[in-house]
Amino acid sequence: MKNIHLLGLKDYPEDDIQTIIDTGFRFKEVLDRPIKKVPSLQGKTIVNLFFENSTRTRISFELAQKRLSADTVNFSASTSSLKKGETFKDTVQNIEAMKIDAVVMRHPTPGSPLQLTKYIDAIVINAGDGTHEHPTQAILDMMSLHEKFGYLKGLKVGIVGDISHSRVALSNIYGLQTMGAEVTLCGPSTLIPSFAEDLGVNVNYDINEVIEWADALNVLRIQRERMDGGLLPSIREYRNLFGISEQRLSEHKKEIVIMHPGPMNRGVEIDSVVADSDQAIILDQVLNGVASRMAILYLLLGGKSDKESD
Amino acid sequence: MNISKLKKNIVLKNGTILDPYNNTEKKGDIHIENGKIKSVGKISAPKTSETIDCKNLIITHGFFDIHVHFREPGREDKEDLNSGSLAALAGGFTRVCTMPNTDPPIDSPESIRYIVDRSEECPIHIHPIGSITKSQEGKEITEMGAMIAEGALAFSDDGLPINDSGVMYNALEYSYMFDVPIINHAEDDCLKRDGLMHEGKVSTHLGLPASPDITESNMVFRDLELSILTGARLHVPHVSSAKSISHIKSMKKKNDKITVEVTPHHLFFSDEDLYTFDTNLKVAPPIRTKKDRKAIIDAIKNGIIDCIATDHAPHTIEEKEGTFDMAPFGMIGLESCFGAASKVLINDNAMDQMSLVKLLTANPRKILGLDQNLFKEGTEAEIAIYDPKLEWKFSLENIYSKSKNSPFLGREMKGKIKSTIVKGHITSID
Repeated sequence: MKNIHLLGLKDYPEDDIQTIIDTGFRFKEVLDRPIKKVPSLQGKTIVNLFFENSTRTRISFELAQKRLSADTVNFSASTSSLKKGETFKDTVQNIEAMKIDAVVMRHPTPGSPLQLTKYIDAIVINAGDGTHEHPTQAILDMMSLHEKFGYLKGLKVGIVGDISHSRVALSNIYGLQTMGAEVTLCGPSTLIPSFAEDLGVNVNYDINEVIEWADALNVLRIQRERMDGGLLPSIREYRNLFGISEQRLSEHKKEIVIMHPGPMNRGVEIDSVVADSDQAIILDQVLNGVASRMAILYLLLGGKSDKESD
Repeated sequence: MNISKLKKNIVLKNGTILDPYNNTEKKGDIHIENGKIKSVGKISAPKTSETIDCKNLIITHGFFDIHVHFREPGREDKEDLNSGSLAALAGGFTRVCTMPNTDPPIDSPESIRYIVDRSEECPIHIHPIGSITKSQEGKEITEMGAMIAEGALAFSDDGLPINDSGVMYNALEYSYMFDVPIINHAEDDCLKRDGLMHEGKVSTHLGLPASPDITESNMVFRDLELSILTGARLHVPHVSSAKSISHIKSMKKKNDKITVEVTPHHLFFSDEDLYTFDTNLKVAPPIRTKKDRKAIIDAIKNGIIDCIATDHAPHTIEEKEGTFDMAPFGMIGLESCFGAASKVLINDNAMDQMSLVKLLTANPRKILGLDQNLFKEGTEAEIAIYDPKLEWKFSLENIYSKSKNSPFLGREMKGKIKSTIVKGHITSID
C-alpha cells in the first residue's frame, strides 16, 4: 500500500483500491466459515474514535476488528464534551498515549483525519469526516458493484440525492473514477455542488434519464434538516421528482441495481418494495462492509498472514 | 531584534534613497538630528555623527498599515498594543491603524482616548479606528465628531459587515461632513451562510461549507453605489475577488473618494493551498482562486488598488489548532508583509521597488489624510531600511507578535526589512 493512512479516495492509487477489493473477497470467504475469526491482527490495538453518532459504521468496524483478533476500544466523544474545554488535540493525544496502533475516526469536521495524523503517530482510518469523505463506504460500495457485475471499468453509476452534504457521494466519485467507472449525479439543484462538473462527473436533474442510462443507482439518504434550511420545499416534492419508487422503476424496461448506504428513509428517497426487492444489493453492501474493512485494517496494519501466525 | 535610542546625530550612509512622495530614487545619505530629518541626499553632518552603513540597502519612508487588530482591550492574551508594535517594527511599519473590534469595542470618544493615551507608551504611532455603530451592532451610528476630535482617523465595524443598507447609507451621509473614510468589511451574511472558504472547485473537493465570490462583491457594489450617492469617502478593505475589482474599477471613475486595500495573503495564496486544511489560511474574506489572485495583481499594476494592509489578526495556538470549523478567521501579517508582497509583486510580477513602496507608505497616508512628505527637514524620522535582494524563509524566529498563526511559516520570501526608525529609536531586525 502506497499510503500509510486511509484518509480519503482522492488521488488514492488504483492498484491499492483493487488490492483492497480483492483482499475483501478473500475475507468474505472467512465470514462464510463456521468460525469467523482469523488471528491476523493479534496483539494490535485499535481505537474507534467516534465524535459523531454512528451505528452501522461503528459496528461494522468493530466486527471487522474482532474477526481479525485485534484488541479494540470504543470511544464515543460527544462534541459537547469537547465544548467543555477539552480540545480535539487533547482527546486524541490522550488516547495515543495509551499505546495504540490505529485510530478509526468519525468526526463532523472536514479535514479532521488529516489533522489527526499531525498530532499522533498511529495509523488513521477515516470513518467519515463531515461532508468531506467516507472512503471505507465507497470501497464497500465498489466491492459490491464488482461482485454484482464482475468489473468496474466502464460501469455507469448514478448517485441520487443530497450530493452537497454527502461524504458518501464524494468518496464514491473519486473511487469510481479512479477505477474507470462513469458517474452521473442526480438530485435537486440546491443539493448538488455548484462546481460539481469540476469533479469530472455528469449532472442530470431528470431521474428518469439517469435510470435509463445507469447500470446501478446509489440512493442517498435525504435528511429532514435540509427542509429546515430551505434547500428543499417538501418531502412530497422530493419524492415526486427523485424518489426511487416501484412505479418509476417499472416504467423502464431494464432492471438496474439499487444501492443505499443506509440508514434508509423508506417511503422518502426509496420505497420499501424497492429496497426489499431482488434488484437491491443493500444487505450485500452491509456484509461487504465488514469484509472490506477487514481488508483495509489487515493491509494497513501490516498484519501477519494466516500462515506466519500459526 | 534590538531597539536602541538614536544618538544626537545619525547618518544613514551609501544607501539608495527612495522617496515615494517626491517620486525620486537616488544614491545618497540621510542626516537625522535629534530624531528629526536634517538633510537628505548630499549632507554635511558633524564628524562625530554615528554612521550606519546602508550599502546595497534601500532607505525609504516608514510603512503605514491601516488595518491591524491589536486586541487591546480584552484579548491581551492574543496581542496588546506593545507586542503588536514590536511585530510592526519587525515589518518596517512605523505607524498603524487599529481596528475597533475589541472587548469592549472602541465606539466612544472615551475609548478612542484610551487607545491614543496607551499608544504614547508604545514604540510606534498608533491611530485608532472607531466603530461605525454603537457596540458594533450595525444599528445606531457612533458619535463620530467627538471620536475624531479624540484622534479617530476612520470608522469601521471590521469583522462585522454593516448588513443593513439603510445604516450604511446613514453612516456615509453622516461621515461626509467630516470627510473621513468609512471602511466596511464587505461580506453579505445571507450569502455567506456557514461558509468557511471560497466556493469553487477546491471547496467541492474538500467538502467544506463555502460561500461564493459575490458574497463580497455584492456588498462592495452596494457600498460603492452608496458612496457615489452620498459623495462620502469609502475605503474598501481586503478586496479579494475579481468581481469586486471590476465593480471598483468602474465606480472609481464616478467618485474619486473611493480607495481600496489588499492584503499580502490574498496576493500570495490561492484556495489550492487549502488542500492542507491549514486553519491559518482560514480568513475572512476567504483566500480565492488563482484567477482572482491574478486580477488583484493586475489591479495593483493598473493603479486600481491604493494600498497594502495586513489585516494582522492574532489568534491563540489553542484556537487555531482546533478543527477547521471551530478555528476563528484571521492570520497575523505584519512581520511577513514586505517579504511576501515583494516576492509576489517584484520578483514574480516584475513590479518596481517604487510602486511597491508607495502602496505601503505615501498611499495609505493619503487615504487617512496624513502628511506624506516625510523627508522634509524637521519632520520626525520615520524610516524603513530594507535589503531588496535578500532571499529568506519565514520562520518562528521572525515573529514578534504574541500569536503565531501564520500560513507564511516555511515560505520563501524575497526582500527583508533590516532596520526601522521611529519615535527617536532605531530597531535592528535579525
